[in-house]
This record gives sequence, C-alpha cells and structure tokens, in this order.
Amino acid sequence: MDLSLSDEQKQLQEAAERFVRDKYAFDARRKIAATERGWLPENWAQFAELGWLGMAFSEEDGGYGGGPIETMIVMEQFGKGLVLEPFLPTVVLGGGMIARAGSAAQKEALLAPMIEGKKQFAFAWLERQSRYNLADVSLKATKEGTGWSLSGHKGVVYNAASADEIIVLARTGGSAREPKGLTLFVVDAKAKGLSRRDYPTQDALRASELTFDKVSVGADAVLGKVDEAFPVVEEAVDRAIVALCAEATGCMDAINAGTLEYIKTRKQFGVPIGKFQVLQHRMVDCFTNAQEARSMTLMASLKIDDKDPTVRAKAASGAKVQIGKSGKFCGQSAVQMHGGMGVTDEMAVSHYFKRLTMIDLMFGNQQHHLTRYSNLAMAA
Amino acid sequence: MDLAFTPEEQKFADEVRAFVRANLPADVRDKVKNGKHLIRDDYMRWQQALGKKGWLVYTWPKKHGGPGFTPAQRYIFENICAEEYAPGIIPFGTKMVGPVIYTFGTEAQKEKYLPAIRESTVWWCQGYSEPGSGSDLASLRTKAEKDGDHYIVNGSKTWNTMGHWADWIFCLVRTDSKAKPQEGISFLLIDMKTPGITVKPIIMADGGHEVNEVFFDNVKVPVENLVGKENEGWTCAKFLLANERLGIAAVPQSKRGVEALKDIARAEQDDGKPLIENQSFAEKIADLEIQVTALEFTELRVLSQMAHGGQPGPEVSGLKIRGSEIQQRITELTMEAVGEYAAPYLPGLLWQGTNEAPVGPEYAHLAAPRYFNTRKTTIYGGSNEIQKGIISKMVLGL
Amino acid sequence: MDLSLKPEHKAFADEVRAFARENLSPATREKTFSGKHYDRDDHMVWQKALGKKGWLAYTWPKKYGGPGWDVTQRFLFENVLAEEGAPRILPFGPKMVGPVIYTFGTEAQKERFLPGIRSSEVSWCQGYSEPGAGSDLANLRTRAVREGDHYIVNGQKTWTSFAHWGDWIFCLVRTNMDAKPQEGISFLLIDMKTPGVTVRPIIMTDGAHHVNDVFLDNVKVPVENLIGKENEGWTCAKFLLANERLGIAEVPSSKRGVSVLRKIARIEPQDGGTLADDPAFTAQIADIDLQVQALEMSELRVLSTMAQGGAPGPEVSTLKVRGSEIQQRIAELTMEAVGEYAQPYQPGMLFHDTNETPIGPDHAPPAAPRYFNMRKTSIYGGSTEIQKNIVSKMVLGL
Ligand SMILES: Cc1cc2nc3c(=O)[nH]c(=O)nc-3n(C[C@H](O)[C@H](O)[C@H](O)COP(=O)(O)OP(=O)(O)OC[C@H]3O[C@@H](n4cnc5c(N)ncnc54)[C@H](O)[C@@H]3O)c2cc1C
Ligand SMILES: Cc1cc2nc3c(=O)[nH]c(=O)nc-3n(C[C@H](O)[C@H](O)[C@H](O)COP(=O)(O)OP(=O)(O)OC[C@H]3O[C@@H](n4cnc5c(N)ncnc54)[C@H](O)[C@@H]3O)c2cc1C
Ligand SMILES: Cc1cc2nc3c(=O)[nH]c(=O)nc-3n(C[C@H](O)[C@H](O)[C@H](O)COP(=O)(O)OP(=O)(O)OC[C@H]3O[C@@H](n4cnc5c(N)ncnc54)[C@H](O)[C@@H]3O)c2cc1C
Repeated sequence: MDLSLSDEQKQLQEAAERFVRDKYAFDARRKIAATERGWLPENWAQFAELGWLGMAFSEEDGGYGGGPIETMIVMEQFGKGLVLEPFLPTVVLGGGMIARAGSAAQKEALLAPMIEGKKQFAFAWLERQSRYNLADVSLKATKEGTGWSLSGHKGVVYNAASADEIIVLARTGGSAREPKGLTLFVVDAKAKGLSRRDYPTQDALRASELTFDKVSVGADAVLGKVDEAFPVVEEAVDRAIVALCAEATGCMDAINAGTLEYIKTRKQFGVPIGKFQVLQHRMVDCFTNAQEARSMTLMASLKIDDKDPTVRAKAASGAKVQIGKSGKFCGQSAVQMHGGMGVTDEMAVSHYFKRLTMIDLMFGNQQHHLTRYSNLAMAA
Repeated sequence: MDLAFTPEEQKFADEVRAFVRANLPADVRDKVKNGKHLIRDDYMRWQQALGKKGWLVYTWPKKHGGPGFTPAQRYIFENICAEEYAPGIIPFGTKMVGPVIYTFGTEAQKEKYLPAIRESTVWWCQGYSEPGSGSDLASLRTKAEKDGDHYIVNGSKTWNTMGHWADWIFCLVRTDSKAKPQEGISFLLIDMKTPGITVKPIIMADGGHEVNEVFFDNVKVPVENLVGKENEGWTCAKFLLANERLGIAAVPQSKRGVEALKDIARAEQDDGKPLIENQSFAEKIADLEIQVTALEFTELRVLSQMAHGGQPGPEVSGLKIRGSEIQQRITELTMEAVGEYAAPYLPGLLWQGTNEAPVGPEYAHLAAPRYFNTRKTTIYGGSNEIQKGIISKMVLGL
Repeated sequence: MDLSLKPEHKAFADEVRAFARENLSPATREKTFSGKHYDRDDHMVWQKALGKKGWLAYTWPKKYGGPGWDVTQRFLFENVLAEEGAPRILPFGPKMVGPVIYTFGTEAQKERFLPGIRSSEVSWCQGYSEPGAGSDLANLRTRAVREGDHYIVNGQKTWTSFAHWGDWIFCLVRTNMDAKPQEGISFLLIDMKTPGVTVRPIIMTDGAHHVNDVFLDNVKVPVENLIGKENEGWTCAKFLLANERLGIAEVPSSKRGVSVLRKIARIEPQDGGTLADDPAFTAQIADIDLQVQALEMSELRVLSTMAQGGAPGPEVSTLKVRGSEIQQRIAELTMEAVGEYAQPYQPGMLFHDTNETPIGPDHAPPAAPRYFNMRKTSIYGGSTEIQKNIVSKMVLGL
C-alpha cells in the first residue's frame, strides 16, 4: 500500500500545472471559449507533444503505459483551469473504448492518430428519454448489405462539432432498455445523412444534437462485437466518471482557494469577512468537502483497473456521489460567501460553480449513483 | 382559529380570479408559465391593469389609496395571482419607496409620488448597496452636499436591480461624514434622467442583465426630494428593509414552482417511466412541499398577528431565510429533473426571445440558468448570514 | 501508487486475526456486535493479552517498547481488530500519556511509567477538563502549589472518563497564577489512591456511567511526577491533543457499524419483506458507507504522508469532525432501522449480563441509548466547533 506519486507522476503534475498557469488564466480562458471551436488547436498539439494523449494507453496500443493515476493527475489540473480542450470525449471515452474493444486495424486507423493529436472523437449515447440509463437507447442500426444503416437521434454529444469520428451507441437487437442488443459504431463525422445542431453548454463547452437519417456505414465500423457493446460502454463511462471526479477535485480546490482569498480581503463592518465565525466554519466545511472528494477520487482511480466489474462500478459510483455532494457544497458556499459578486459572470467563482454543477449532471447525478452503489452493496 | 374561508372570502377569491383571467395579457401569462424572462413592458401592462383596479398597492392602508385588504384577502390575492401565472409585482415602488413616502414623507411628496406608484406609470429602483457597502450598508459613501436648494450627489451604487428600466431611484446618501455611520445618512429620491447619472450593466452568471452599477457625477437633486429629515435616512432604510423581508419569502411563487416541478417530473422519463414514479425523486419533492407548507403556515401566523394589530417583528427574518432556501431548492430539483438536457446554453432563446427551437423540451434550457440565478435569493435583501445575525441579536438576545 | 497488500502484510493480517480469535473472550465480542456496554474486565483482560504480545502500545517507536510497525501494519491491526469485535484500546495510557512521557519525560519517568502502560497493568485517565474550562481549556483553575518536594493540588476535574477504573490520572494544573493562561500550566501525574482524591460518577443520558467528577483536596504529589518543566505543561497538552485527534476518527469501528447496520436492515421486517428492500433506506446506508470510505481514504492519505516522514498537520482536525459525525449518523440510522422497538428502555440488557429476554429483537435495546450516547463524539476531544476554529486558524489562516 502506497499512496505517494512516483517521480514521473510528479513531473507530469508539474507540467500540467504549468500548462494551466501559462495558458488558462481566467481572461485567456474566456477568449478560448469565444473562439469558433471553443478550444485551441495549439493547445491540443501541445498535449500530443507532452505525451498526454497517449499516456494512459498501453505500449502495445501505441501509448506510454500509464493508467488512471496519470489521467487523474492531468484532469485535476484541467479542473483547476477549467480547461476547454476535449480531452474527456476524445481520449478518455473515445480512445478508451477503441483500446478496449477495437480491432488491430481500428487501433491503427484511429488510436494511433489520436495519440499524435490528429484525430478527435465524440461519444454519442444519450437520447431524449435516456436520463442516466446507459441501455436506454433506441437509435436503430439495421443491416444493409454487409454494412449497417443508422437512424435516430442523439443528444448533448460533447465535441461532436470538432470530432473526426463519432462513436455511436445503437440498438441492433433486444428490446427497449435491454443491455443486450447494443452495438458501437464508428461513424465519420461528415457522413451523409448525419446532421448536427451545435450549441455551447452552460459551462462553455460545446455539444450538439445529432440526427441520423439512414446513415450508411460498413461492417468495419462496428467497434467490438455486435449486440455486446454494453459492458464496454459501462466500463468506459465508469472510467470517464473517475476522470470527471478528478476534474471536479481540481475545480473544488480552485473555487475554495478563490473564496478563501476573497473572504480574507473583502471587508465589511471594518474587518475582513473571514473574521466572522459562520464564514470560517463554512470555509472549513468546504475544505473538508474537497478533501473527501480528493480521497474518493484517489480511491476510484486506484480501483478502476480492478478486474471485478462490481468493484469498478462501486468505486466509480462512490466517487461520483462524493463529487456531486462536495461539488454542490463548495460551489454553493463559494457563491454565498462572495455575496453579490458570486452571482456575476465577472468572477471566476461562478464559472467553477457552473462546471461543478454540470459535472454532477453528467453520466448520472449523485442520486443515480447512490442508488447504483446501494444496489451493488446490498447485493454483496 | 379557522382555516376555512368565509363565504365573503370565497366570493372575493372568485372576483380576483375573474379579474386576473380577464386582465392578464395572454402573452405575459405564457411567459410566466414557461419560465421565460419578462421585459419592462410585460410588467407594466399587468401592473397598470392592477393599478386601474386599485389593487396594485394591495398592502397599503386605505387612506393612502390602498384597497384595505384584510390579511386573508392579501393571502387570497397573492395566491390566486400566482396560480394564474401573473408576474410578481415589482416591489421597488409599491412595497418599498411607497410605504416610506406615506410614512415619512410630506403631504406634497405624497401627492407628487404616490399616484404614479399606485398606477404604475413610474418605474422605481433601489439605490442602497455600494461596492464597499453590501452587508455593512451603514458604511455607504455616496455623498450628497447641500448647495442652496439642491443636493449635489457624487458616488456610485451597485447591484441596482432593473435600474436600466427605471425612471426614478431612491437612494441612501451620506449627508454628514463626521457623525456615526448610521447617523449621517439621508433618504433621497432622484430622477434617473438627471444629468450626471450613468447606468452600467452587470452581467450575471446565467448571462442575463438584471442588475447595474449606477454612477452619480455631480447630480443636482432638489432638496424637496429629501424624505424625512436630513441625517435620519437610516430610520427609513430600516423600515423599508423590514417590509422587504416579508414579501421576499415568495410563498405563492414557490407553491407554483412546486407544481411546475411536478409537471416536469411527470413529463421526464426515467427507466421507461415518468420520473415522478422514481421513489427517491418523489420523496425529494415531498420534502420540498412540506417545507413550503411549513413556511406558508408561519407566514399565516405572522399575518394573523398583524390582523390583530401586531407589527411584524425581527422574526420575519426567519421567513426570508427559509423562503430563499426553498426557492433555491425548487430550481435545484427542477434542474435535476431535466438532467443532461440542462446542459445546452441557448442565450438567444433565453434572453432575446428568438424563434430558435429549443434543444430537448421547452423548459429544459431554463433550468440551469434559473438555478444559477436563484443563488441570489440568499444574498440580496440582507444575506441569510445577516438575517441570522439579526434573529440572534434581536429575538434571542445573543 | 497502489492499494494492494504485499504478501508479508497479508501474513501479518492473518496473524492479527488468529491472535484476536484466540484471545478475545466470546462474551466481549458479543457485546461489541450487539452494542452493549463493556465492563472493566472486558477492556482489561483484552488489553493485558495485547500487552503480553507487545501489541498494546502499537503506535510507539521500538525504542520505547513499541512493535515498530509501518503504517500499513497499523492500519491492518486496527481494522482486523475492529472486524473481530475487539473493544477499542482505551487511549489514556497508550495513546495519550505514554507518548507524552516518552517525549517530554525524564529517563526515570520513562522507566517508572512506560512498562505499566505497555502491559496495561496500570490504567490511566485524563484530567484536563474542569467545570469552567471545557473548550477554553487554558482557563483551567486546579492549582498545584509547591511545598518542598511536593505539590499540593486543589481543585476539580470533570468529565473524567473511566476515572472510576483509573489507577493514575494525568492532570493539567495551574502552577503560576500570574502568567498568561497558557503559560502557567503544568502536566502532573497523580496516583488516584493518594488521600484527598475523590471520584463522583456522572450518569449519561443513556444511563451509563463512563465519566466522573474528580475532586482534588490537598492532594500531595511528589515533584518527580511533573512531566516536562514547570509552567510548560501547555506544550504537552497540545502535543497530546494532536495525537488524540488522529485515532478519534474511529474508521475501523464505523466500518463495522455499517456492516452491522446492513445486517439489521436485512432482519427488520417491513411491508411483508425486510427493510433491506426499501431503496430509500438502503440509499441512506450507502451514503454513510461512502462517507466512511472517504474518511478512510483521507486517513490513509495522512498515514502515507507520515510514512514519507511528514507529520500530520492541523488538518487532521477535519478527520475528527467527520469521524464523529459518521459515528453519530450510524447510531442514528441504526435506531431508525429498529423503529418503534427502540423505545423500551432495558438497562439490564445494556449494562449487565442478565438473562432477561429482550423486548423486540436482540439488537433493539442498545439502539436508542447508543444514539443518545454518541452525541458525545462531537463534543469531547475538542468539539466540532473548536476543531473548525483550529482548521480555520491554522490551515486556512483566517
Ligand atoms: C441579484 C441581486 C440584486 C440586488 N438588487 C439590489 C438593488 O436593487 N438595490 C440595492 O441596493 N442592492 C441590491 N442588491 C445588493 C444586496 O443587497 C447585497 O448584495 C447584499 O446586501 C450583500 O452585500 P454584498 O454583495 O456586498 O456581500 P458582502 O456584504 O460582501 O457579503 C459577502 C459574504 O459575507 C457574509 N457576511 C457579511 N457580513 C457578515 C457578518 N457580519 N456576519 C456573517 N457573515 C457576513 C455575507 O452573508 C456573504 O455571505 C442586489 C444583490 C443581488 C445579488
Ligand atoms: C463523554 C465525554 C467524555 C469526556 N472525557 C474526558 C476526559 O476523559 N478527560 C477530560 O479532560 N475531558 C473529557 N471530556 C470533556 C470534553 O473534552 C469537553 O466536554 C469538551 O472540551 C467541551 O467542553 P464543555 O463540555 O465544557 O463545553 P463548552 O466548552 O461549554 O462548549 C459548549 C458549546 O459551545 C461551543 N463553543 C465553545 N467555545 C466555542 C468557540 N470558541 N467557538 C464556537 N463554539 C464554541 C462548543 O463547541 C459546544 O458546542 C469528556 C466529555 C464527554 C462528553
Ligand atoms: C479537547 C480539546 C482539544 C483541542 N485540541 C487542540 C489541538 O490539538 N491543537 C490546538 O492547537 N488546539 C487545540 N485545542 C484548542 C486549545 O485549547 C486552544 O484553544 C488553541 O490551541 C488556541 O491556543 P491559545 O489559547 O494559546 O490561542 P490564542 O490565539 O492565544 O487564544 C486566546 C484566547 O482566545 C480564545 N481561543 C483561541 N482559540 C480558541 C479555540 N480554538 N477555542 C476556543 N477558544 C479559543 C481562548 O479564549 C483563548 O484563551 C483543543 C481544545 C480542546 C478543549
């Protein structure tokens, strides 16, 4: 048992810290968010150069042999800077599923260029009715010659506008909400019959609604086995959750640090408002919440490689519950302690608050994961 | 003690409902029902209709032109307006400066200002807070210096709600810098068209524009715009804050909010069933509804005291605290009900009323902005920490 | 980074488990799992067995007779013992005064006192708090006046846990009335059999007798019982409090508490099934389970820093805060699980090994008493509010 970072991991942490410090000052981020893509190609190229796009993949897959701890380290710093580059959809989700389920040819065609920074992905699973049930998928893929034809709708697909390939979860068999009968397809983002409606999200990321109208793909577009995608997706989403938890931890550190600074400097009644005990105790509670979030994120990052899917699922859900709770507490408290300034667009605090809020909604909120964890724990 | 309404009260309720149905413009009603943002004209059309009926200043005593409602009638009026999706009455004229003027103003001031407030032909805004004076209001620095029959006002106000729509502003200004902070403050009415006033928007976390900074640069204000005595403005200010706190609990709006939340939970899917059938979620709504009921009964108790001649005491601070938390909780649960479809940010639809189609259901794009925006309720009108400080001191004697 | 255990650690855990199974009396074990109160023998027989094995003072360095374990071994030791139902080691000797003595004591003091602590032949209690000095410990008034080679001690200690079992008490006493409160305090060891020491029970809300008042009336204490220098006792006191706070999170016993709670939920009938079928209730268990995990992971992070040579900082106060809240929550949920059968008060079942049959299930009698009793955890060892003050000042710099 050892919870300390190796020297390489410490270097990675420093590099990520440096990146955020150099490129993600609050105003710089605002400018990046306002660009057409909503992120900067030069930053992406820098990720590739620094090896971040391949760090979590095995050497056989062309990566650098790291794992969830490396992802955690980088995502945490991204959280501190509210980094906008689409690392989660491209690397953690897209890359993760290709590494797990892809054929040698797919890895060659997709993963290798992704690691070089030349390909980006989006993961389209959610539909209007799905809420947090990953199997609640009705977009249909039907056999068409040797290939397939996809028709239906996908919602809130992050990075769809920038992605080269969309990884689509479709129903090829089974009934509504049945885990069996789901298949993953890699679809060219410019495929005929695929239309997009792009929009920004509350937290300044980019997402799209996708409509598939008889989009034809070849047999080689299938990622993994036909009808057997569910476990792949579940695992990929659990991994994405853990990465999101790390990002949230970084957000919490930043929002707490900003709030602490604010209550030390903002004066009312002739003293810094941090002299009032209610605010002191609330600030301590924020600090404790962030500590717990960090602990659970670490726990989940250490367990997410476990071979037992139940251990993995419990770890991811457990961390997500904590992040939901702590994120809400730190976010709401930070706003409150900033007074009027907390509800303006002007201060960084509201931007961290928005990101923390959206993280809770992604891939299942606190309540959803509490239920999932509870069911798994009672079954044991 | 009796919870049931008398036949006269029933009749009154019917009358209010009929009036709202006949006079609330349909487009305004739709906006309120769908949680959309209202513009100045939306408020004005409704408030002027109420004004004509004599109901706009429904909390005022008869002798100042109020309808003389009993507490039960007030309760009925507020609840039916909310049920029928009427917009909330903007408080700055009707609930804030109006009562200050009829309590502390001269006859001339009453004649000059009250009719326009009653009829909603003039839009008022509140100039209390300053960059350095939020919770510590008494530290305010905006200066008014007497120069013949005028005051010359210099300084800045902030967090000015809807100041960009306002015709007049009521301000707390410092008229004596040497006295104790509370003792050198005066209450001044200022025409927003006076030269030297600049209004600068503050953009909120949800992207909206509802508050402003207001700058005063050698603004000339006639001395007859002073309400009460010079250097005694703190009395008016405190009187007004106590009034403000009562309405701020927003119980009828919260009741409406809970109903809207239930509608959304019925429309949203969860595992192939309506979300409202999810036990955990349904319990959260139940919990919220019980909180609203508790607040409503506390407010009714206060109203009943007032009906028997009592004055609302500092314990109304408690209403503001719980009321604001409940408003926040409603928006939080609404966002939770909407789920991932709360993520798309559609400023056009939200702010400009464009014809852009919504992403997901109609209500979805409003959920997160409302949640972000409603964080304000525990901050404005005296933050909840300050309210608790007041209760601790004034009620508990700590 | 990794969470897995090395083979030698696995072997160690097995050894601890085998030891516990062999040496822990079944009656004591049963009390642990049913939540009943231990008597003196439950603690002493078990602690002496640990002492004989050399494991009682398991946090001590080798040179003072500790086993010299690494942090993983400590972690495993605590967890295995909790799983096996061992009572917690009473901290006053091995975790409190022992480390103070080996850190601040003379060689003679070490030789005289440490062996009895290691073997549990001598039991200790803590004389810090006084009626007028709780959170504000530095306000203590018990006086020790030097008279030749003795101190004459007069005053009163209160809340003294297990003073009625104690052979010795370590006390904070005032040796200088003129200095600043913190600077006139000394750390004194007092034999409870000395004439003038009187112990009077304080009965807790659940009817238990754990704590006492200790009256000191002209008690003659040899000067060689002074630890550290005269008037520098505050240093020892603070050192001890920091040590106390780390263990006080009680994670292993909370883990056990969660698994007991799940067992009870599977037994308790509800709606024709069991409480375990109620998703609202099991979600609450899941929630507390996760809180325990977060706390454990936080503690492991602190231990890992310590293993790298770092010292635990004041942020461990947060572990104490969360640890006590969690203990309280488990007790609360356990009582909730028991439902109406938590109501009968059955002191016989709690304190004595009677053959009385319980009213309701076996696990019912201790449920409510435990809930009442556990309220203490956020008060003792520095209340939650005081811990937050410490973090606010020492960690956040507020
Ligand atoms: C949306 C919005 C609309 C508003 N509209 C108006 C308006 O129309 N006109 C107007 O005049 N003002 C308006 N306000 C201002 C509002 O009244 C102030 O924001 C409020 O009084 C708090 O002041 P502040 O923002 O300066 O926060 P601060 O006073 O700086 O407070 C920051 C934090 O410190 C806490 N705090 C401060 N003092 C203490 C204390 N003694 N003990 C414990 N905690 C303390 C506060 O509770 C808060 O959490 C509005 C504010 C908002 C957000
Ligand atoms: C079961 C039990 C066993 C104990 N065992 C021992 C023992 O063996 N030896 C021993 O010496 N002592 C013991 N104690 C005493 C314990 O350490 C004290 O109870 C504790 O320090 C609190 O002191 P108090 O009870 O006088 O409460 P007070 O200090 O009177 O506190 C009352 C309340 O005021 C709050 N408060 C006080 N100061 C502040 C502040 N500055 N800011 C905010 N809030 C504040 C407290 O948090 C608490 O909520 C024990 C207590 C209990 C309940
Ligand atoms: C059971 C228990 C455990 C504690 N554990 C620790 C510990 O591990 N480490 C530690 O540093 N302190 C601890 N404290 C608090 C400790 O008693 C002191 O209050 C604190 O260390 C500040 O020391 P001081 O009085 O020299 O501080 P100063 O800042 O010099 O305090 C001056 C005065 O301010 C008040 N004050 C300051 N701090 C506090 C406080 N925390 N609580 C209440 N009043 C306060 C007191 O009236 C004090 O006399 C504990 C207290 C109790 C009762």
